[in-house]
Amino acid sequence: MEEEKTIAEPKQIKGNNEVVIEIKDLKKAFGSNEVLKDINLEVKRGENVVILGRSGVGKSVMIQCIVGMLIPDDGTLKVLGAEVAEMDDEELKELRMKIGFLFQSGALYDSMTVRENLEFPLTRVLKIDDQAELDKRVEEVLDSVGLEDAIDKLPSDLSGGMRKRAGLARTLIINPEIMLYDEPTTGLDPITSREISELILNMQKKYKTTSIIITHDMECARITADRVVIMDDGKYIEEGTFDSLKKSKNKIVQLFFKDIS
Amino acid sequence: MAEEIIIPGWRKWLEDIGEQVSFFTRFLKNIFVGGFEWSEFVRQCYEIGYRSFMLVGITSFIMGVVLIVQLRPTLVAFGAASMLPKTLSVSFVREIGPVIIAIICAGKIASSIGAELGSMKVSEQLDAMDVSGANPLQYLVVTRILATTIMVPILSVLGDVIGLFGGFLALNLRDHISLSLYATKVVASLDYTDFLPAFIKTIFFGMAIGFVGCYKGFHSSKGTESVGLAANSAVVTASLWIFVIDAIAVQITSLLFY
Repeated sequence: MEEEKTIAEPKQIKGNNEVVIEIKDLKKAFGSNEVLKDINLEVKRGENVVILGRSGVGKSVMIQCIVGMLIPDDGTLKVLGAEVAEMDDEELKELRMKIGFLFQSGALYDSMTVRENLEFPLTRVLKIDDQAELDKRVEEVLDSVGLEDAIDKLPSDLSGGMRKRAGLARTLIINPEIMLYDEPTTGLDPITSREISELILNMQKKYKTTSIIITHDMECARITADRVVIMDDGKYIEEGTFDSLKKSKNKIVQLFFKDIS
Repeated sequence: MAEEIIIPGWRKWLEDIGEQVSFFTRFLKNIFVGGFEWSEFVRQCYEIGYRSFMLVGITSFIMGVVLIVQLRPTLVAFGAASMLPKTLSVSFVREIGPVIIAIICAGKIASSIGAELGSMKVSEQLDAMDVSGANPLQYLVVTRILATTIMVPILSVLGDVIGLFGGFLALNLRDHISLSLYATKVVASLDYTDFLPAFIKTIFFGMAIGFVGCYKGFHSSKGTESVGLAANSAVVTASLWIFVIDAIAVQITSLLFY
């Protein structure tokens, strides 16, 4: 296995060169199982970074560390200039107001309608009480993701793609600076997957977010990535643009790209 | 070999106790910190109280009938049939009503809370709430525990009334007693030392039911099987807690009043 890391410059840096996520020598183990062994990553403002890797290599663990759901065992993890592991509860809450996290399942609150799901972070996190303001924000973000007609539906009445859109709307409604996507197209048909991937790209342009997208879906990676990072066995093995990685000599990278023309 | 099995078992048990204490402390802290979720609290009172009322009512009514039918032959044999209202009211209000109703509530409410929060954990809804910066303890735990703490005593009082009414109807199957005379005998046979300690212990029963349901739901694992386990474990643990609290309450009541 080729363990040497190749540091490629982003294909296109849409914002400035400010590093918003900085990870150095990150390690995380669960008991004797070392999930993250030595992770290094810098994500610049406005950049879309796709992380590819087989199941169980630690991709989700890494973004859970970024948002403070898991505490790393060793290494440095700075988000928006602050070390996540050193934050107290209040600082972590402040940070989380700036980060959107789209879960694999969408994670919509079952007992609430789409409108109530979207109002939840506005009323609890941003403390907005004015109903007119809530309605305006909810309608605007639902319009962005094409879900205006589902506003009063329960999550159980939505299709898989609609749930992902609603989940995306709920994370975008607080205008996060950083978006973390955990396998956003898993379980969707190819057409809906493509729609979601394009939606992610459009939302990134509209809301000017910095994104980390974890996926196995090569089409999603091709559409959304400014830069692709390949992970295996708790380490990064290669990174670069989607097109540059297609020509990689690394066997694991080749396995990901073998069906891509 | 035995040590290898027993010591980790004890350690796990002690860790679980520590987790429960920590969870309860966080619950207490979150009652007073941040905004109170009134709308969710009222919704939970409706779900827990109103939706459990029919079950509690039917069970209490049957218990009242059964107790009179069972007590009557013994008391008649001693020529003490007139003691039936007193015997029923004291035993029902002091002990049988609160404990049976709390066990019914543990079966219905603790399992429901455990399964609901367990499925929210499995489907990442708890994580989503947490990472959005909202406080899941404030929204889900504080509201549910306070709702059970308030609604279980109310259900218990209503259950007592319905159970005693069931006893009146059962008494009239064989004997003839007017409702006003029955009510007078019941009221005359009860004083605050019967009602107050029983009412106070139902507050603790309610808190235990809500707490155990929330704790088991929040600490379920991430597989779908864990939802069923959380619900089952919530019922068993809450029922056990009810008997432990009852045993302690009886001792305290005996020391103070009898």
